Amino acid sequence: MIEIRRVFTHVEHIHHEFGPRADTPLVRGAIGAVLTNPFAGRYEPDILPMMALLDPVGVDMAHRLHAAMDVPLEQIATYGKGAIVGADGELEHGALWHVPGGYAMRELLGWKGSRAAYTAGKAEEKTGQPGNALSIVPSTKKVGPPGAALDVPLTNINASYVRGQFDAIEVRVPGAPAADEIVFILAMSTGYRVHARVGGLLAKDISKWDGLR
Amino acid sequence: MTANIRKLVVQVDETRREMGKDITPPTRRAVAIAVIENPYAGRYSENLDDLIAIGEELGALLGQKAVKALGIEPGQAQSYGKAAIVGERGELEHAAAILHPKLGAPLRVAVEKGAALVPSAKKQGTLGTAIDVPLGHKDAAFVRSHFDAVEARVSDAPRANEIVVAVAVTDSGRPLPRIGGLQVHEIKGEDGLR
Repeated sequence: MIEIRRVFTHVEHIHHEFGPRADTPLVRGAIGAVLTNPFAGRYEPDILPMMALLDPVGVDMAHRLHAAMDVPLEQIATYGKGAIVGADGELEHGALWHVPGGYAMRELLGWKGSRAAYTAGKAEEKTGQPGNALSIVPSTKKVGPPGAALDVPLTNINASYVRGQFDAIEVRVPGAPAADEIVFILAMSTGYRVHARVGGLLAKDISKWDGLR
Repeated sequence: MTANIRKLVVQVDETRREMGKDITPPTRRAVAIAVIENPYAGRYSENLDDLIAIGEELGALLGQKAVKALGIEPGQAQSYGKAAIVGERGELEHAAAILHPKLGAPLRVAVEKGAALVPSAKKQGTLGTAIDVPLGHKDAAFVRSHFDAVEARVSDAPRANEIVVAVAVTDSGRPLPRIGGLQVHEIKGEDGLR
């Protein structure tokens, strides 16, 4: 059921945006895996079997993305995910990525929670900093033609309200997805927008460890 | 003059299957892109030396970044190409100044050897304009299996006073080459053609 056709990585270093040059550039990265859509061209009621099979795909993608970004793991500050479904598929096929995509980056980033609870969609009790990667992984998905661009949102991995790290990265795989393909995407960054200056919660002030603040 | 680099983008495109067939090892193309300020934006300058120097700087930087992204030794690079997109307040000749006089020599160091001409493309464009960077075998331009192209595009560049410069390097040819012509094992690698 899992057939990976292409793997596309994209890493950018942002040194400035017409303001002062950053001492350390913002690093943003994304990885897209182009898979054959086993449900293309028909309505398949039971698509869940594919979801479990995507777990190892996601974990491998998360590690590849981290390697391509070439920064220490502790510097990964935001994450996001997305999917672009080819024309013979449906949006729901892209939704298969919500659990394995999120789980993959949490595993990479040292999340200590229960995988079973996560898969079941159940929240967990949080006390102190129970682990890393506590926030919901923001996402977008769409049905699109080959070369369609998807703006993948990025937010802090431990507190969704860190305002200076609200960001997005445009991801686009030339030539994909074909009508019978899906592009599954993971994205991460080292944090603050290069000239962030609109206030709000700072990452160093995260205190509740509830995934929000 | 050194380049005022706003952004660097590196992409790797790995093809594992094509038309239902496994590609082993996968074919891989890397493209390294710099978004730079155009020092001659909005005026005619007879002398383009600053951009020629920037071309030399970027040939080394982008060539090394592309090779590193592929995770290969320089000698394992197989094909290469270069391209530039000039923002609205620049002229096509600015792309030529970056690409042609001095970019090639440091790129050839980054990929080891490189007897063949580095194929190129240039255009004027705006934010998100895509350019297809042509690819040819680095030691023998006539190797038919390595004629290819890879798309380069930066969503927020070039601004009117910027230039997008791309260098592409591969460790392979097309996924399923089968149209004959000069083969890799037949390369003499002396004249850059065969």
